[in-house]
Amino acid sequence: MLYREAGDFKTSYTADNQTFPIQFDRVGYWALLAVAVLVVPFIITDYWASSFLVPFLIYAIAALGLNILTGYCGQVSLGTGGFMAVGAYASYKLMTAFPWMDMFTVTILSGFITAAVGAAFGLPSLRIKGFYLAVATLAAQFFLVWMFNKVGWFYNYSASGQINAPERSVFGIIVTGPNTQAWAQYLFCLIFVIALAWIARNLTRGTVGRQWMAIRDMDIAAEIIGVNPLRAKLTAFAVSSFFVGISGALFFTVYLGAVEVGEVYGITKSFLVLFMIIIGGLGSIFGSFAGAAFLVLLPVVLKLVGVDLLGWPTDIVAHLNLVIVGALIIFFLVVEPHGLAQLWRLTKEKLRLWPFPH
Amino acid sequence: MPDQLLFAIEVSLNGLMAGVMYALVALGFVLIFKASGIFNYAQGVMALFAAMTLVGIQNGQVPFAHLINATFGTKIHHFGWEVPALAAILLTVVIMAAFAWAVNRYIFRHLVNQEPIILFMATIGLAYFLEGVADLMWGSEIKKLDVGLPQGINDWIDTTTFDAFGYGFFIDNLDIVATIIAALLVLGLVAFSQYTKEGRALRAVADDHQAALSVGISLNFIWVLVWSIAGFVALVAGIMWGTKSGVQFSLSLIALKALPVLMLGGFTSIPGAIVGGLIIGVGEKLFEFAIGAPYLGGATENWFAYVLALIFLVFRPQGLFGEKIIERV
Repeated sequence: MLYREAGDFKTSYTADNQTFPIQFDRVGYWALLAVAVLVVPFIITDYWASSFLVPFLIYAIAALGLNILTGYCGQVSLGTGGFMAVGAYASYKLMTAFPWMDMFTVTILSGFITAAVGAAFGLPSLRIKGFYLAVATLAAQFFLVWMFNKVGWFYNYSASGQINAPERSVFGIIVTGPNTQAWAQYLFCLIFVIALAWIARNLTRGTVGRQWMAIRDMDIAAEIIGVNPLRAKLTAFAVSSFFVGISGALFFTVYLGAVEVGEVYGITKSFLVLFMIIIGGLGSIFGSFAGAAFLVLLPVVLKLVGVDLLGWPTDIVAHLNLVIVGALIIFFLVVEPHGLAQLWRLTKEKLRLWPFPH
Repeated sequence: MPDQLLFAIEVSLNGLMAGVMYALVALGFVLIFKASGIFNYAQGVMALFAAMTLVGIQNGQVPFAHLINATFGTKIHHFGWEVPALAAILLTVVIMAAFAWAVNRYIFRHLVNQEPIILFMATIGLAYFLEGVADLMWGSEIKKLDVGLPQGINDWIDTTTFDAFGYGFFIDNLDIVATIIAALLVLGLVAFSQYTKEGRALRAVADDHQAALSVGISLNFIWVLVWSIAGFVALVAGIMWGTKSGVQFSLSLIALKALPVLMLGGFTSIPGAIVGGLIIGVGEKLFEFAIGAPYLGGATENWFAYVLALIFLVFRPQGLFGEKIIERV
């Protein structure tokens, strides 16, 4: 049946609590996963991988991470770029120090290192709230980027100050370096995305997630009913930074291959990821994906239309891109403060009742 | 006197001047925040936009020339006239007022009663929008701004200090002018808010929106007014920074520098913005001079202000002059 609950009876709590309560959704979800894992790797081209699919997957991880912190726990962070840089440099140091290590271990370890750094920078959040915290996270952003620029140990004293990803593999398949196949890049990122989205979904509906949301909605009230703010806030910072660190590591190792920290992980990156979760929807897993897809796709589409179709110079298109992104953010905040995810929810509600809305 | 000490004094003086610049931007933030509770991230981009508009009008540039050329295949770029500085400044003020009206009419009227963080994010969107529009309108290349402000080393200070200490202080004329103008601006703002009807209405709104509304003050008018004043402050800041280092994108980044200034001073205090600006200005120059450059490899100015603000906030979360935060369930 097309999007109906009729006849779909739940007989256990597990069934009642499942992520996709409607059968149509469940089938759609598994079908999407099957296409992503079994079909796309065979038809993927270099252009699609590098211009859309791989950056989309990586930004989706970063958006998930920031959404945990900002959307679920209510702590606004402008330090995402800095934490992505931590992930990238951690993976670089691990790759060069332990050449035998496979990329899964490297990436996950970088995630843990970033989580530790993130929790440390999260400590002030116990005293500082709201805007003040947003600005305090800027300290993390600028300090970390400066540190990776200045301290030679982090970039192995290379003359250019850049870091370059050496060739490393997973189960004999090359996933980093210039000789990587598009499908290998894509699949490697996809595995992380699936695993992390699953973790995020289940964390946010469990005890920890509920504590985060209680802190977000009103921290003093949450404290009174017995939520430990120290634990809730620091776990949010740690988990969020873990996600962001992995995304930063993948962005460097798999996607770019060579990184100049100020350029790639600057303040604009922090804002970009923040926009993704605003446009996608704060406090929504689906929203993180929607926002990431939207903001990765927008410049590609604009370039296709503006440069290739209308023949405008690239700088005009780049400026138009800014105008459109800015206007869209305002538009979403005015019309639908809960982003694309809320639009999707409303559509689903309507679909459920269609064609007899009363 | 030992040389190091003289250097340190010179560095602090230059820091004070830089601090005045930060304070100018921070002032725009405080004005809007007090009157409407909006934390206006776009203040820096407003300064950039104002400066670009001023240059564009002065040189008689055609707005959106690139876009028009790209669409219609024409080759226009200048009207071919030059507008005198004062007229151009007045025109820019008018444009900033129109901008203030549009922002309130089309954005913030729809966002009344939203949470502060939503308003903040809306201004980030506004910043991007305005930056794109500014680039489309006037082109994104670095422009020279000249409204006849004096520039270069102040010879009098140089020779006087040289005679006194055997070491001439390098202080830019522009910095001195900027300090004087900033002081005048603050005095003007204080006089405006104390002695005019609109100024009193403005303070009433800042104190309590609903009470102000109930005695017949038009919130819409006050908001447009305060955004216009912030636009004017942005123009002054834009002229100063633009004359100093050219009108370019990095101008909008001073908004980020103004944030720690505000955190130190407290978001609601005009004296706080000025004191905070001076502390940050002197602090980052001295830190760079004493610790950053010799031991840490330099460029510590990028992060010093934020870290200072962060440490400071941990001990005093409401800032130096901010109102005490009282929270209730």
